[in-house]
Amino acid sequence: MTSPVLELRSVDKSFGPIDVLHDISLKMNEGEVLCLLGDNGAGKSTLIKTLCGVHKPTRGSILMDGAEVTFSTPREAQDKGIATVHQFGGTFPLMSIGRSFFVGVEPTKGWGPFKIYDRKKANKIAVEAVQNFGITRVDDGDRLIGGLSGGERQSLAIARAVHFGARVLILDEPTAALGVKQAAHVLRIVNEAKRRGLAVIFITHQVMHAMAVGDHFAVLIRGAIAADFRKGERTREEITDLMAGGETMADLERQIEGYADA
Amino acid sequence: MSRLSIGSLFRRPEAGAFLGMVAVIAFFLIFGGINFLKPSGIASWLNVAANIGIIAIPVGLLMIAGELDISIGSMIPAGSMIVAIMSGHYDFPIWMSIIVVLGFGVVVGFINGFLVVHTAVPSLIVTLGTLFAVAGLVLGLSVLITGTTSVSIKAPDFYKAVFGQFIGGTYQVIILWWFAVTAVYVFYIHYTKYGNWIFAIGGDRESARNAGIPTTKLTIILFILSACSAAFVGMCQALLFNSAQVSAGMSYIFNVIISVVVGGVVLTGGFGSVVGIVFGTITFAVVNQGIYFTSFDRNWSSLIIGVMLLAAVLMNNTFRSMALSYAPKKK
Repeated sequence: MTSPVLELRSVDKSFGPIDVLHDISLKMNEGEVLCLLGDNGAGKSTLIKTLCGVHKPTRGSILMDGAEVTFSTPREAQDKGIATVHQFGGTFPLMSIGRSFFVGVEPTKGWGPFKIYDRKKANKIAVEAVQNFGITRVDDGDRLIGGLSGGERQSLAIARAVHFGARVLILDEPTAALGVKQAAHVLRIVNEAKRRGLAVIFITHQVMHAMAVGDHFAVLIRGAIAADFRKGERTREEITDLMAGGETMADLERQIEGYADA
Repeated sequence: MSRLSIGSLFRRPEAGAFLGMVAVIAFFLIFGGINFLKPSGIASWLNVAANIGIIAIPVGLLMIAGELDISIGSMIPAGSMIVAIMSGHYDFPIWMSIIVVLGFGVVVGFINGFLVVHTAVPSLIVTLGTLFAVAGLVLGLSVLITGTTSVSIKAPDFYKAVFGQFIGGTYQVIILWWFAVTAVYVFYIHYTKYGNWIFAIGGDRESARNAGIPTTKLTIILFILSACSAAFVGMCQALLFNSAQVSAGMSYIFNVIISVVVGGVVLTGGFGSVVGIVFGTITFAVVNQGIYFTSFDRNWSSLIIGVMLLAAVLMNNTFRSMALSYAPKKK
């Protein structure tokens, strides 16, 4: 058994007196999708930010390939291969596909102070990378990001992360703002990333989407891991109940009816 | 094929600015006659355009990056007064004054940028603060040192020739400076990665930072650029007119912002171009000066400028949505 790509060992995170994360231990393996489930405010965002170098853990350690690492900036985490894609794709609506694909790492030609941005090369690579993921509708690198659909933007952002050598892909609610068809699109891309051997962390509160791609599930409640299980070990109802904070959905439904009656 | 390339021209950020410029030039040709495009006529608006244009480009870049700098209004007289007091009232060599002028620009620009990136205060408020602070400082110091608010300066021929003289009796030498800095900006903003970074900051600061762009440093540099440019223009004016006044420059705040917006820069950041800002500046200057060539009363020019500004903002939105909705035709 090789060591996991990324591992958290009893990580705590507190902001002043407020404990946000408590004793989080997780393992992420190559070619696996870890679904991180949790209600709003459960600490999902803080956990992601800790993973991608925005926050440092207050206690506990982060290990990559079995060796302890610390990230002082998001850039450092990125250089080690941890890429984050946010809900809206983390892209720039008024920039062209080619330009936004290469933001921060623009290909250039020429020398010295006259290095110029290589638009043709950037566009070509960007379009190829996206098409490799099966998005054939994107064929012009000069198009603006704002003209793409939500699913295409997500796909572009994922393709970008993979192109730049990501080993761990953190997807922050990629399907939350999407319609059924677009979401299916993104889920297919997630599977493609998995097939290519990336460790994917998929954050969502849509259990259906999680079940469709996940190999490994962790449910976060009030900053702690309430359940950690593999694919097929729990039913959809059980997961939904867990996310609702341990109360069963049936209980919640009763409460709601109670209000309605009163 | 040719229809396609016309379409792509229209999606560029400077498209609206270019059409606006052609429209106002045509307007004043019709109502003002050909004098307006004779050498002396051109000089009248080109001089105005050059003084605004040097400041408009860095301010426009700040707007593309999602910030605003109005402290330029007091940086212009600051530049004038520093050179006039140091080399007019006292006898320091001009090169030393120039270093102090630009150094003061760096300091004020750094303060602006530092406060904007390290506090959550909007740049409008921060630069409003420095606008008044610098104006007060310049007024107070010049009265304290010279006992007056207007200082004369007699520059040696060499410096007059480089920074402040009339070429052929009508064209200010600053026009050449404007052309030169425009070329430099066009190169760096549209053909190197640094321009890409500025657009990315304006598009989404957080994502830009995550992509590894030094957003803090770049924002501070842009503020320094705009403060230095304003101080530079002030200095050139002092050398040109052989005197400096404390109270010149406040109108530049509006003129510069109008030029930038008419030039197609989107107020929320992330969209615009240097060439567009140049077109916007020329458009503004033409309206501002063109009125003298017509039989209209001077007071109407503000009305035209106001209407033009509103039209430009609306047009910018249209062009932006055209650019956004553009998708290649299915083959």
